[in-house]
Amino acid sequence: MNTVVHSGAEGFLHRFEGLRARLPGQRLAWVQALREAAAAQFRAAGFPTRRVEAWKYTDLRPVSDAAFDEALTILGDGDTLPAPRGERRAVFVDGRFREELSQLDGAGFAVGSLAEQLPRLEGRLGALARPAEEPLVALNSMLFEDGLVVTVPAGVAGGVLELRSLASRSERPAAFHPRHLIRLEAGASLTLIEESTGPEDTRYLHNPVFEIELAEGAVLTHARIQREGVKGFQLGTVYARIESGATYDNFTLNAGARLVRNEIHAVLAGPKSACHMNGAQLLRDGQHADTTTVLDHAAPDCASRQTYKTVLQGKSRGVFQGKIHVHQVAQRTDGYQMNQALLLSPDAEIDSKPQLEIYADDVKCSHGATVGALDADQLFYLRARGIPEAKARSILVEAFLQEAIEGVTDETARAALDSAVAGWWEKEAA
Amino acid sequence: MPAVAETLDTVQSVTEGTYKWGFETEIEMDFAPKGLNESTVRFISAQKKEPEWLLEWRLKAFATWQKMQEPRWPAVKYPPIDYQDAYYYAAPKKKDGPKSLDEVDPELLKTYAKLGIPLKEQAILAGVEGAGDSPSEGGRMPIAVDAVFDSVSVATSYKERLAKDGIIFCAISEAVHEHPELVKQYLGTVVPPGDNFYAALNSAVFTDGSFVYIPKGVRCPMELSTYFRINAKSTGQFERTLIIADEGAVVSYLEGCTAPMRDENQLHAAVVELVALDDSQIKYSTVQNWYPGDAEGRGGIYNFVTKRAQCRGKRSKVSWTQVETGSAITWKYPSCVLLGDDSVGEFYSVAITNNHQQADTGTKMIHVGKRTTSTIVSKGISAGKGQNTYRGLVRVAPTASGARNFTQCDSLLIGDQCGAHTVPYIENRNMSAKVEHEATTSRIAEDQLFYCRQRGLSEEDAVGLIVNGFCREVLKELPMEFAVEAQKLLQISLEGSVG
Repeated sequence: MNTVVHSGAEGFLHRFEGLRARLPGQRLAWVQALREAAAAQFRAAGFPTRRVEAWKYTDLRPVSDAAFDEALTILGDGDTLPAPRGERRAVFVDGRFREELSQLDGAGFAVGSLAEQLPRLEGRLGALARPAEEPLVALNSMLFEDGLVVTVPAGVAGGVLELRSLASRSERPAAFHPRHLIRLEAGASLTLIEESTGPEDTRYLHNPVFEIELAEGAVLTHARIQREGVKGFQLGTVYARIESGATYDNFTLNAGARLVRNEIHAVLAGPKSACHMNGAQLLRDGQHADTTTVLDHAAPDCASRQTYKTVLQGKSRGVFQGKIHVHQVAQRTDGYQMNQALLLSPDAEIDSKPQLEIYADDVKCSHGATVGALDADQLFYLRARGIPEAKARSILVEAFLQEAIEGVTDETARAALDSAVAGWWEKEAA
Repeated sequence: MPAVAETLDTVQSVTEGTYKWGFETEIEMDFAPKGLNESTVRFISAQKKEPEWLLEWRLKAFATWQKMQEPRWPAVKYPPIDYQDAYYYAAPKKKDGPKSLDEVDPELLKTYAKLGIPLKEQAILAGVEGAGDSPSEGGRMPIAVDAVFDSVSVATSYKERLAKDGIIFCAISEAVHEHPELVKQYLGTVVPPGDNFYAALNSAVFTDGSFVYIPKGVRCPMELSTYFRINAKSTGQFERTLIIADEGAVVSYLEGCTAPMRDENQLHAAVVELVALDDSQIKYSTVQNWYPGDAEGRGGIYNFVTKRAQCRGKRSKVSWTQVETGSAITWKYPSCVLLGDDSVGEFYSVAITNNHQQADTGTKMIHVGKRTTSTIVSKGISAGKGQNTYRGLVRVAPTASGARNFTQCDSLLIGDQCGAHTVPYIENRNMSAKVEHEATTSRIAEDQLFYCRQRGLSEEDAVGLIVNGFCREVLKELPMEFAVEAQKLLQISLEGSVG
């Protein structure tokens, strides 16, 4: 008898059937209901194709054509972890929390594994995620096994927390779908530095979903450094709800993976709240990176700022889609968005779709987009001052990226981003 | 400042919600039976005594259309259209050519007068014998007019004068008979019949429209113009315009349109194809003033139009300028396919939506040739409960080295019940190309309004002034006569949107 290898949506649904009884929360009626509903939604929608407007520029076939297995983690492969960036660190290997590798003592706030805390998360898990609209979120809801749960109590300054995600080397492609829940109560603050890495020679799928709730006056800095292995896929979705006076500061660096989708849905739900979304995509030959942001201005007097930069090398493709939706109640909205791309290769392609949807009249909204090569005049200026070509180019690329990074106010987060960018460019120049 | 005085005058003479061109003319008409099937297509073709190849072309388009879906992606909402509940052919009854203006159907003349067509052109349009012989009128450069009444072109003026330069300007149904080789060579090559749902529908049932051919090296001595008028009830208008500028030719073409006020919605699905060969230039200006529906959103024209230009020749240039003030729903994207090296595409647009009007409009600039450049300037104004969307595409193919695009989209919101949306698509596959896009959305600044009010302008006049200033970059692209008309229209369209 032949074993049937299921790929694509069917493969995941097949695995859900087989795993159903073993997934965390199988004895909790609400978790079961959530998974069943998500499975039905994923079955109905399947992997989005390019005929779906939101996926016009990103072809998911490399992911949907592949067959993925459950991750079979070998213990002890977290040995080569680099030094932590802050005092506290949560480590996930193949989407599962690894207590022995993590350091969470003395945090001053609640932080731990989602699988363990699941009985207490009814009403919180799934509060923001919309699996009915996003098939990949449905996939995550159907198959999530673990994740990080953080609750910073009112008025507490949480400091820096590092979230490390590692993929382990495996024979067959593995898929993992962590669900991370971050909640900051009134006036609380936290810097979350998230870094994802994986082996260079293994195909895997990392499909995380974040649900982030920021109560009145809370401040979250969320730096995401994506350095997945060159054969890996990351399809991440972030949902953030920002109440009055709160600030969400997101920076996403896409430097790894064969195909990455960084999708952010942020809702400015209370008056005078703010959202900053910045990012850089650094692409090499064969890579595809897609940043898609949807920003809802659903309350008056809110401000949003977005700056995204893409640098493309070799035969790579960069995508930026950014939508600002200003609801009718959101008077006195101040919205700004800029996305720029630098093409360093004749084979690269950039697709950009900034979008404004405005239903309030007292607003100030603008967006801009530029696409081009390195400025010949600028290059000439540097060369005329005796700077060698390669160095001159790297100065200009660095300056181009700096504009997005300098928007990050948290120093630890910015230092982490700076070194990641420098690391990418050094490897590029070498 | 007579222009301003005139503008104020017009505004005062118009009360809220009125539409100056909302009259209906009672003229004896020939209709095709209501509904749409293969025999409707055959009927139209037979009425026009068309050659076999064109009938085949239409039937093929009809078969394609039947397999197509109505597009649902535009940001506009309307109830489903019953394509069987409309007349696809309506023509004023043909009689022998009148000898003088007195013999012309007075209703037709009244229509022209109300449309503001000068008497001289009226006589020519009504087909009075010998009326088109003396080209100039009081030293003013005339405008050659092709008037399309529902389904047919009723008359074209100054044909003889234009023919002296070898220019062909006539109804497309006439061109099919007189210049079949040109029509056959170019028809459907820019907008193929299966391009989209409405283009396919148009290809199957198009009834008339203008045909222009400017020969090599000729600069057209006057502005060419078409006046479109939907008059009969329950009719759809499906005109088709084809303009060809041969090597080194230059032409400026104007298009205007109006329709009676009715409670029902009427469909207008036109196709315009422009072909520009080496070193030629086509300037295409539109003032679209179809009936927009009343203040409650009843009635109005559904304006679903496909306009596209191919800059086939080296150093050719096509410039679209549009002022969109009418229609209940506007769905159109005048585009340029820049094939020739160093060719240029331009798009200047003002779109106003007031009351319940919806507009989803923009452009596509497809860069294929080397060093091709394009400029997009779009001004959207939303008032009342209007919804205004700019949707545009700039695509740079790998072959388009040194291509350059600049896009500027500004939206102005008047009132808190309206919406303004911007959806640009930028696709670049050439590293030496440079693409820039800027968009802003804001409302009329309080300090600007205050400044005007302080100097004694009423709020409405102040808004008119500011809006005209906002649209200046586009209005200055219009030929003189149109610019004045467009300014008036902007004011009228915004009637009742402030205060």
